This record gives sequence, structure tokens and C-alpha cells, in this order.
Amino acid sequence: MTARSRVGVWLLLVALLVVPAGPAAAQSGVVIVSTTTSTQDSGLLDVLVPMFERKTGLSLKTISVGTGQALALAARGEADVTLAHAPSVEKKYVEEGKMSNRRLVMYNDFVIIGPAEDPAKVKGVPHAVEALRRIAESQSRFVSRGDKSGTHVLEQGLWTQAGLEPKSAWYIESGQGMGQTLGIANERRAYTLTDRGTYLAFARRIDLPIMVERDRPLLNVYSVMEVNPANGPRVNAAGGKAFAEFMLAPETQAVIRTFGVDKYGQALFVPIAGKKDEDL
Amino acid sequence: MSLFGQGVLEAIRLLLTGDPEVWQITWLSLQVSATATLLSLLLGVPLGAGLALSRFPGRPIVVSLVNTGMGVPPVVVGLFVTILLWRNGVLGALELLYTPTAMVVGQLVIAAPIVTGLTLAAVQQVPEAFRLQLLGLGASRPQMIWVLLREARLPMLAAVMAGFGGVISEVGASMMLGGNIKGSTRVLTTATVLETGKGNFDLAIALSVILLVITFLVNWALSWIQQRRPA
Repeated sequence: MTARSRVGVWLLLVALLVVPAGPAAAQSGVVIVSTTTSTQDSGLLDVLVPMFERKTGLSLKTISVGTGQALALAARGEADVTLAHAPSVEKKYVEEGKMSNRRLVMYNDFVIIGPAEDPAKVKGVPHAVEALRRIAESQSRFVSRGDKSGTHVLEQGLWTQAGLEPKSAWYIESGQGMGQTLGIANERRAYTLTDRGTYLAFARRIDLPIMVERDRPLLNVYSVMEVNPANGPRVNAAGGKAFAEFMLAPETQAVIRTFGVDKYGQALFVPIAGKKDEDL
Repeated sequence: MSLFGQGVLEAIRLLLTGDPEVWQITWLSLQVSATATLLSLLLGVPLGAGLALSRFPGRPIVVSLVNTGMGVPPVVVGLFVTILLWRNGVLGALELLYTPTAMVVGQLVIAAPIVTGLTLAAVQQVPEAFRLQLLGLGASRPQMIWVLLREARLPMLAAVMAGFGGVISEVGASMMLGGNIKGSTRVLTTATVLETGKGNFDLAIALSVILLVITFLVNWALSWIQQRRPA
């Protein structure tokens, strides 16, 4: 190889390397929303984010983590607004003054799924708590998220209501997202609690039918909360409020009402702006 | 057809149809990891060469620290850098978190010890007699170091490959520092995690295949430079 072609190769490499990795966006017009993996995994955010940005001219950064982390980040002032689905934990943060103006946005529901053989005999049991009690009594395998997500918090609430504290070999804590947890439950032929949206998205890959559904404690309610500007030095309170208002606007609620129909033949969420917890 | 076959077909389809989102994700992965690798060279080569040629008290500890740094899990780097970049953190005023720049910083911290450690090893394997001979022939110290680096260029290209390979494939730090934001900080590895979580296994496999192809092409180019015979 000649010296000239050698120089050419190096120039090419350097040209590729020194391209700046995108300017760090000026963050004044940026809103950070901490939210749960389910809103992202369902694809809802992919629809709502561009809508919000078009409408407000603000740039929206969605950080999708478990509900526990989403709220913890907001409480530290690392986010401007939170969209979460763990009412008991949310209310605690509101009481502590870390979050304010908690308003209901939408709900979907949880279902308990399990192997068709149904070793715990829970198929068709009307109450989720009773179903969990039977699973525990028969020591049938149950996979828990175990990650302080909204789903995990709800599951723990059900165990508490059943007066049980599951801690045995049959109780498997995955520590992972809903998708991975469904995969584990499927491989281990176990019961698990899942939101209907993720279940529908995975329906063709897993072989665990719905055992229990349509019980009031299985409602999965999403709320939007604004972050108290006192939580940190750089909270964009106005931006956070803009996102909260956007989620409750009739236009957005209409999009939520039909989201998922084209892909799953049924809507994934029911919009409930203006409703209170007691109304459900 | 098998799931894997479907994934490979999907990868080919996405690349041929020029799916803008996949191209953007691929391009961002390359930009972030290439920038981080380049910066790690600027930092790691002088550090590694300096360490190889100097003798000072505490040197064994510094060398051990560098070698430990080569194996630090990306997720640990991600966590520490995230805490630094938090709005409440030491560098919060820079507002870098959830930007590509934050990902470059994280990947730099991952790659720099790898480049430093391998440069150190590469320069040290040049025989001491050669070094003394250079100085004896009247070379200045910078000239001597330059010749040594030239002499050690084959193992040093291995350092580039190891550094780049380490950062293009890591997911923990990119996820925490970038936030996996669509159109902004989503790279091939974080997109693969997301699509797996969504149950879109064929798309996840397609993204993995693209990642493998890119890693191969970059290493192929570097190996070609490394292995060619001088004219």
C-alpha cells in the first residue's frame, strides 16, 4: 500500500470519528417525564410524544423505568412530571409534598394468567385475592416482578389482603420487566399477574390463558403528577404542568380511547380524565 | 421459518428499505461509540505510554487500578456517571443527562482504562535494549516515545478494537445515561432491550444482526490496517 492511500484510510477514519455526537439539546425547552415501562412497551408514548411536541413546541424526554424508580427520580427533582400506576405509593408522595396535583388519566386492567392444567384451581374465581390464596395453598409456582414496579406494588397489595407473605421456592421473583417476566412464567409453567396490554402484545408467544379477570382490585389506574419545584434546582414546573394538562386534554383522551384497536382488535386503555379514585 | 431466520430477513429488509428510524439508531450508535473511542485514545495512549516508561513509587498500585478499570461493569460506570450528571449532582448545571453527550462520557470512562491498559502492555513489550539504543543514537525523549508507539502499533490497534468493541456493545451505561429516548438517545443495544421487552423478537434479532455486522465491519477495517505488510 502506498503512503498516499494509507493517509486516505486514516483521513476517512478520522472523519468518521470526529463527527460530533449530536449537540446536547438546550434543555430550557425540555420537559422530562418519568414514567413506567408499560406506557412505553405498549407503544402509547410513541404516539403521544410527537403530539405533545407539535402542540407545545417543547421537547419531551420520556424516561421509562419501574414506577418505584419513576417516583423516586421525581422526588429528587430529576424529572418534571410523572405518569405512574401505583396509587398507594403515589398518594404517599403527594402527602409528603414531593408531588402535587395528582389526576387520573386512564386505566387498563390486570389479569392473572397461568398454565391451562390449572394446578391451583383458580380458573374463573371471581376475586383475585382468593385466587392468590389458592395458589399459595397449593404451592403452585408464581412469578413476581419483584422490582417495585406498579404491577409489583399491586401484587404485594393483593398478598397483604390475602394475609399471606409469599416466601418459598414456588414464589419466583424475576426482577425484570413485564415482557421478560411473562417469558419466565411461560417457561416455568407458572402463574403470574400481568397488565392486559403487555399480555396481548405477547399473546402469540406464550401459552398461558387468562384465569382471573375483571375484579375491582385488578384495575390498573394511571395518574399524572406534577413535581414540586422545591425537589431540586432545575425542575421545569411549567413544562411539567403543560404535560399534565396535555394528558387530560379531550384530544389526547380521544387518542387514548382508540389506541391499540388497529393492532389488537381492542383498545388497551380507557381514558378517565376528570374522574376520582372513588368513581371507579 | 425459525424465529432467528425471520429476524435475519427482517434485518435485511430494514436495511434495504432504508427504514429511517433504524438508520438513525445505527448511525447514532456509531457516532457515540466512535467519538468515545477516539477520546479514549487521546487520553489512554499518553497515559499508557507514560505509565509504561516511568518508574515512581506507587506505580504497581496505579497499574493494578488501570487493569481493574478494564473490567469495571458498564452498569456501574453508568450509575456513577448518572449520579454525577443528575440535576442535583456535582455536574448538574451542565444539563447533560439523557443526551448523546452523556453517553459519550460514560463510554469514555469504560473505554479509557481498556486503551490505557493495552497501550501500557504494548509499549512495555518493546525490548528495553531498543529504547536505550534509540536514546544512544541521540533521539530526544518525545522522538523515542513516538518510535516506540510506532513499534507497538499492532498491539495498539488491538487496543482500539477492544475499546470500540467494549463500548458499542454495552447497554447498561447507555440505558441509564441516555434514557433510551426515541429519536434522541436510542442506540442499537438499548433498542434491542426495548424490542425484546415489547415482545417484538424478530425486530430485536434484526437490530442485533445489524450491531454484529457493524462491529464486524469496523474490526475488519482495523484488522486490515493492522495486518497489511509495509510496502
